[in-house]
Amino acid sequence: MYKALFFMHPAPVLTVSELRKEFDGVTAVDGISFQVGSGEILGLLGANGAGKSTTLQILLGLTTPTSGKVEVFGMDLNQHRVEILQRCNFSSAYTGLPANLKVWENLLVFATLYQVRQARKKIDSLLELLEIGHLRNHVTGHLSSGESTRVHLAKALLNDPALLLLDEPTASLDPDIADKVRKLLRRIQREQGISMVYTSHNMRDVEEVCDRIVFLHRGKILATGSPAEITAHFERSSLEDVFIRVAREGDQLLKP
Amino acid sequence: MNLHRVGGLILRYTFLYTRSVPRVLEMFFWPVMDLLVWGMLTQYLQTGPYHLPAFIRFLLGGMILWDVLYRAQQATTISFLEDVWARNLMNVFVAPVRLREFFAATFCVGTLKIVVTVAVLAVLSATFYDFHLLSLGSALAPLFVNLLIMGWSVGILTTGMILRWGQASEALAWGIPFLLQPVCAAFYPVSTLPGWLQPVSLAIPATHVFEGMREVLAGQGLSPARLAWAFSLNLVYLSAASLLFRRLFHQARSKGLLAKLGTQ
Repeated sequence: MYKALFFMHPAPVLTVSELRKEFDGVTAVDGISFQVGSGEILGLLGANGAGKSTTLQILLGLTTPTSGKVEVFGMDLNQHRVEILQRCNFSSAYTGLPANLKVWENLLVFATLYQVRQARKKIDSLLELLEIGHLRNHVTGHLSSGESTRVHLAKALLNDPALLLLDEPTASLDPDIADKVRKLLRRIQREQGISMVYTSHNMRDVEEVCDRIVFLHRGKILATGSPAEITAHFERSSLEDVFIRVAREGDQLLKP
Repeated sequence: MNLHRVGGLILRYTFLYTRSVPRVLEMFFWPVMDLLVWGMLTQYLQTGPYHLPAFIRFLLGGMILWDVLYRAQQATTISFLEDVWARNLMNVFVAPVRLREFFAATFCVGTLKIVVTVAVLAVLSATFYDFHLLSLGSALAPLFVNLLIMGWSVGILTTGMILRWGQASEALAWGIPFLLQPVCAAFYPVSTLPGWLQPVSLAIPATHVFEGMREVLAGQGLSPARLAWAFSLNLVYLSAASLLFRRLFHQARSKGLLAKLGTQ
């Protein structure tokens, strides 16, 4: 199994080693280590307070770790932040874009920041890919949640990232749009070989999208493996049941 | 410094300001109101029993130049707050943008806005009160540049404080310049201040600008020593503000405040 994974994802795009983060004496991330291979989608799972968001913020360079190391494309994040961010991107349900700008204007600003060549052509092709070409001249603040999510995804794909960090990309979407977004992410990953780190509270998302899962509880890794391996490991029939079990019995499961 | 990225940020502010009527009006509304009120007052003082012929020029000159400082500070801090209000801060800071590029863009956009505002004020003051800003002659450019630099220093500092202490400290964006106003001799000479406050006043670059402006308007010309003081102090304060911002930025990253501010 691990051998197969190695051949599918030979070179790690992201290596996290002994990552630890404390906020005023409270440990949010407690010495976690994991890797993301090339073209792999890794899900970071856990209940509220498990350390997912903090980990993601550290991976984005927004928060500095107390100790440990993050290497992206073989470079130390702390020392090569700008070079790394040039090849990464991020989309979150919890961020916004300037509401009074039109969709194409917001995308053009970020295309310029990422130094995208033939930016307008790229924007048009992404809007078509995400089936929101008709929203090109709409004001961003007037979009629905589903439309806004897809505009954020377009922003996240502008620079053809080798590593994409997604923070609950389907939050607040109706099942139809959520399904479209999941399929789209899978398609992009297949066609472009993008590695992704994906956080979500939606277990269906994770089962459908992620190749491998890192299950966090109180800042520690409780288990890693494919969705099927994780459900088997916890002797449950679905990831949702695993999630509930971890949320309720996580402290006991952490005991050696 | 990557000019492409600076250009991207300038493009973002250009879209932002050209798409928003309130933002465009804000560039003119308060400065024009200030000019009208101060202009009327000084006109009354001049035509009343007080006979202060140079008064109107000192006051209107002080008002217009104060606006340069205030707006330079505002342009820096409000540009940052625009991203906070739009929950766009995380998107900007996870893009490959360096801090110096972020500030360079805010300085460029701020300078452009100030030039437009000052041009409008200059035309109005010449039309209604016969005060010609260009009568400052070649001194206008160095005085203007010094106020810009001081505004940037205060702007960098207030931005750092908002980053460190969150949106609760947003009032600083508007309040801090007005803490400086009474001390920096914008509308009256340093000699008017109490003796113990005068050294404090002289340690502020803007004081030398306003004193210099009054000297020029009184026909004495701009003293090179005054200009040297203004530039030297500005250099010290801009360096100190940049260092302090860097420190506050690192503290914000260490405490996870950058991400928190970006999603509030």
